[in-house]
Amino acid sequence: MEQIGKRKIDGMWLTVVGIAVLFFLILPTLIVIPMSFSGASFLEFPPTSLSLRWYAAYFNSPEWMSATQTSLIVAVMTTVIATPLGSLCAYGLHCSTPRIRNSVQALVIIPIVVPVILIAVGVFSLYAKLGLNYTLTGLVIAHTAIALPFVIVTVMSGLKNYDFDQELAARSLGASRAMALWTITVPQVKFSIQTGAFLAFITSLDEVVISMLISGGDNATITRRMFNSLRDQLDPTIAAISTCLIIVSITVLIGVQLIGRRKNIDK
Amino acid sequence: MSTSVQSLPIVLSRLCKAYGSVKALDNVSLNIAAGEFLTLLGPSGSGKTTLLMALAGFVRPDYGSILFGDREMITTPPNKRGLGMVFQSYALFPFMTVAENIAYPLKIRGLSKSDQKMRTEHALDTVELDGYGDRRISQLSGGQRQRVALARAMVFEPQIILMDEPLSALDKKLREHMQIELKALHQKLDATVVYVTHDQREALTMSDRIAVVNHGRIEQVETPERLYRQPNSFFVADFIGESVSLPVEVSNKKAHLNGRVLKSDLPISEGHGGHRLVIRPELLEVILGEIPETANDFSGHVYDIIYQGDSILVIVQHESLGQINVRVPANRAGQKGLPSQGERIGLALHPEDTIIVPEHGS
Repeated sequence: MEQIGKRKIDGMWLTVVGIAVLFFLILPTLIVIPMSFSGASFLEFPPTSLSLRWYAAYFNSPEWMSATQTSLIVAVMTTVIATPLGSLCAYGLHCSTPRIRNSVQALVIIPIVVPVILIAVGVFSLYAKLGLNYTLTGLVIAHTAIALPFVIVTVMSGLKNYDFDQELAARSLGASRAMALWTITVPQVKFSIQTGAFLAFITSLDEVVISMLISGGDNATITRRMFNSLRDQLDPTIAAISTCLIIVSITVLIGVQLIGRRKNIDK
Repeated sequence: MSTSVQSLPIVLSRLCKAYGSVKALDNVSLNIAAGEFLTLLGPSGSGKTTLLMALAGFVRPDYGSILFGDREMITTPPNKRGLGMVFQSYALFPFMTVAENIAYPLKIRGLSKSDQKMRTEHALDTVELDGYGDRRISQLSGGQRQRVALARAMVFEPQIILMDEPLSALDKKLREHMQIELKALHQKLDATVVYVTHDQREALTMSDRIAVVNHGRIEQVETPERLYRQPNSFFVADFIGESVSLPVEVSNKKAHLNGRVLKSDLPISEGHGGHRLVIRPELLEVILGEIPETANDFSGHVYDIIYQGDSILVIVQHESLGQINVRVPANRAGQKGLPSQGERIGLALHPEDTIIVPEHGS
């Protein structure tokens, strides 16, 4: 009896600490939402009056809309390029010998480990020579480079749980390697690929540091414009945009989760 | 549909494959007759799976030739080799139904929907799974999955079927049942079968011939009975069946044990190193009276008697040779006159059962 009681108290502590940590993580994000509905001309919490004026300001501003468009185009392009590229890279690494796999994997992770500012400076000086600064192409290439590791890591972990003999079986049954990959392997690591695509999209959409240096003019991303706006004219438009970004992220995340759950039910 | 498939002979010549300094295949040559059931038997890491993968086209040998009939296959990709393969893990596609799994090779070959359906049903019928077409793979037992894997590998009537330890995931009873079924299926299909296993009893049960593989080389290729009774090296003798071995001296084609000539009707194979006498426990005969002149005398004292259900293992202490095991059937005939612990027991090894092998094969 005593032991069970003690365990119960331990469990309770764990729950309390867990909730506290979750709260701490989410609170800064959540605080933005009420702030965005403020009627005042400055950021305040809690808001003293409610209005949708900052949403109107956001959606009616050509600059903000252009920046949003840039960010979405870049994020979609990054996803479209990084997902197949990263998936094929993961497949290639999965098929190679452990020695090659481990060393290349370490190399591939570098963009995650290296401080982004270093990458940004490097990309900026390289692009200065290539004339890619302030272009969409340049942004997509840079974002693809930092999004790739996320795709590779998630797809590789998906492949780890997949019985690779199935692909050999398909090939022995008459399928070419490409066909076996497409009809047998891909359907079974689809969820990992979708997760990778989601991470690539979010990585690009959220990226600030590189965008600060290499985007601008007509091709400024929304994060860059938000950063500048924070510095120059702190108004709740930022909070409205942040709320929109949060909604986009959560929607995509829930979408991926739902697809994943459907797959599990199928199994 | 019912037209019988022309099975193909396989000729392997001088296959070599090295991984770094490890020779997975070391100059392997082997002729497999059309319609034969040949088993590659060996311990893990012996190269038997590498050899099968080379046949399937998943491993490219560094050197050598692989002929299916008169077609050279060494550079042909797996999908163009037209062979059926059954994997140890079955490698069934879990997101497809049983019927979709079996129809996969037919779909790849562009058969019409009605042909696919007909052949799939015929294949299900052959492996006694009719009516299971709409099931999901996760709803099947191990034995049923095994049958689906078989059906999928033979539905397109390949002339050669490769099997990589297909029964190793099944429990003992089911495994033994499937061995008999596979053998019957082979006769029905008339395809050349190359089977890989590390289970010697399985190999003995199913095969027309067994190739014993060790260190990337083929030690011996023989019918099960000859392989068991006339191994050509100590490795083969030791790997297949139970045995106790004793070093012997060979001179003038006669083997000597403790200075006495061993009477043997079996030829002594050439090889390297010394020779050993191989005594299989079931080949020793318990003699109640005098040991006949024609036989070799291995009499000793009973050290222990172990009841094993279908047989009784008697551990005998020999004065100069140490422990020798003898197995007798656990019936009245076997137990009749069996001495008890500590008593003297007369043991005869007849010349036709006296196996003498070189330490290393040639």
